Amino acid sequence: MSEKFDVIVVGAGPAGTSCALTCAKNGLNVLLIERGEYPGAKNVMGGVLYRKQMEELVPEFWKEAPLERPVIEQRFWMMDKESVVQFGYKGLEWAVEPYNNFTVLRAQFDQWFAKKAVEAGALLINETVVTECIVENGKVVGVRTDRPDGEVYADVVVLADGVNSLLSKQLGFHKEFRPDEVALTVMEVINLPKEKINDRFNLEDNQGCTIEIFGDSTKGNLGTAFVYTNKESLNIGVGTTLSSMIKAKIKPYELLDYLKTHPMVKPMIAGGESAEYLAHLIPEGGYRSVPKVAGNGVIVVGDAAQLVNAIHREGSNMAMSSGKMAAEAVVQAHSRGDFSESSLNSYREALNSSFIMKDLEKYKDAAHTFEKYPQYFNEYVPMMNKAMSKFFTVDGTPKREKQKQIMKSVTSERGTIRVLQDIYRAWKAVK
Amino acid sequence: MSTKNIEEKQYLLRFKCDTKSHLTILDHDVCMTQCPDKICTVFCPAEVYKWEGTRMQVGYEGCHECGSCRIGCPYQNIKWEYPKGGHGIVFRLA
Repeated sequence: MSEKFDVIVVGAGPAGTSCALTCAKNGLNVLLIERGEYPGAKNVMGGVLYRKQMEELVPEFWKEAPLERPVIEQRFWMMDKESVVQFGYKGLEWAVEPYNNFTVLRAQFDQWFAKKAVEAGALLINETVVTECIVENGKVVGVRTDRPDGEVYADVVVLADGVNSLLSKQLGFHKEFRPDEVALTVMEVINLPKEKINDRFNLEDNQGCTIEIFGDSTKGNLGTAFVYTNKESLNIGVGTTLSSMIKAKIKPYELLDYLKTHPMVKPMIAGGESAEYLAHLIPEGGYRSVPKVAGNGVIVVGDAAQLVNAIHREGSNMAMSSGKMAAEAVVQAHSRGDFSESSLNSYREALNSSFIMKDLEKYKDAAHTFEKYPQYFNEYVPMMNKAMSKFFTVDGTPKREKQKQIMKSVTSERGTIRVLQDIYRAWKAVK
Repeated sequence: MSTKNIEEKQYLLRFKCDTKSHLTILDHDVCMTQCPDKICTVFCPAEVYKWEGTRMQVGYEGCHECGSCRIGCPYQNIKWEYPKGGHGIVFRLA
């Protein structure tokens, strides 16, 4: 296998496949290496795929891709022990082409997507682990795999090897993550008949709903839970930063069962049959955790580059966009015949001027703020619930008096100054 | 209606096990003498790690390959590699 390619892409997830597809479309000779039995075998996602970035890679993909439901409603729950404050948006403009986003099951979707790259001319090799990058004279020139005689060479190696990215660590692009830079998330796929899903979530066929749940879903720890509707199943999951799990000594699967048996959640999944249980890390360090993304003969994309906006649960779209931008940088480098860091840095520049780094920059303090000041999750969510309960309980108290009581209970629990500080701090973190 | 414990959850999964572990405890004495919490036995989502009094048992066969143990071990005492190509967990759905 001592062949030479124009590009080797390590990892056939959304980032790697986008990169391989774009390179192949531009006539480059591409090798796409996947360690799983098939693309998707190792990949986990809550389940929301964004139309915009996907469409740039495969126009009108919704006509052929294995998708679950177009999301027409996004709900947000601030959940306490026996109550929930809800808000959300439902719009039929998302129910028609070109749609906004979709729920997907990744094992199927990733296989389909990788097939598109193969159809464009990329060579896909499954069941192969890249053990290290081959570095000669300070330049990455290929990869070593766990196959016999498994050395392969290329002008550029694109690391799309996911959140753990052992390869970019080997190259010294970043140090090992801290437990507060990753979220450990577990989920289950629960089979439920289509009619039940439509009834329970107030949907028609081919309409989907997402629910993000804050507060008691993580027992007040920094994290979120979610329920997403597939065609005939639900994805239900929960995650917190690994540091929170360690600090609170949480067993993730027990937290998931706590969520599944929560009185606000239980009726949604009642009668369902668990079909799969999955655990995965999400890179949530944000802006400050993004490593070096381009070196001599090498580029880092997707989760491997920590490109996730945890606040907006966007990741797959950033993966796809970064993969495409990496491919464009490689195509330019190829036409120049220059694969040095300074040449490939056009990828970094493209990232910086795109929504990816702009959004990560916007929220650069958010994770840190919410980790350091847990009151947003463990105090304000219960407070909101109490306030709403008081406000909507008809007990003969005049409304103005009720408002006064609510304000008083908020300020007496945390103190007026602290409430103002909390509001200012949260605003600063997300403004 | 749905799974009750981790054994039942793990039972839903397909694994193509290698004969050799991709997870290695570097020094069992570190677990014994320096790590009273043995926190990996708590946060590992697949209950791969079980303390057996003098050594840490590693049930690598049920590993989801998430990487939490490598990052969360307070003593960097876990050597973490990917299973051989095509081996390890095989997610069929999400």
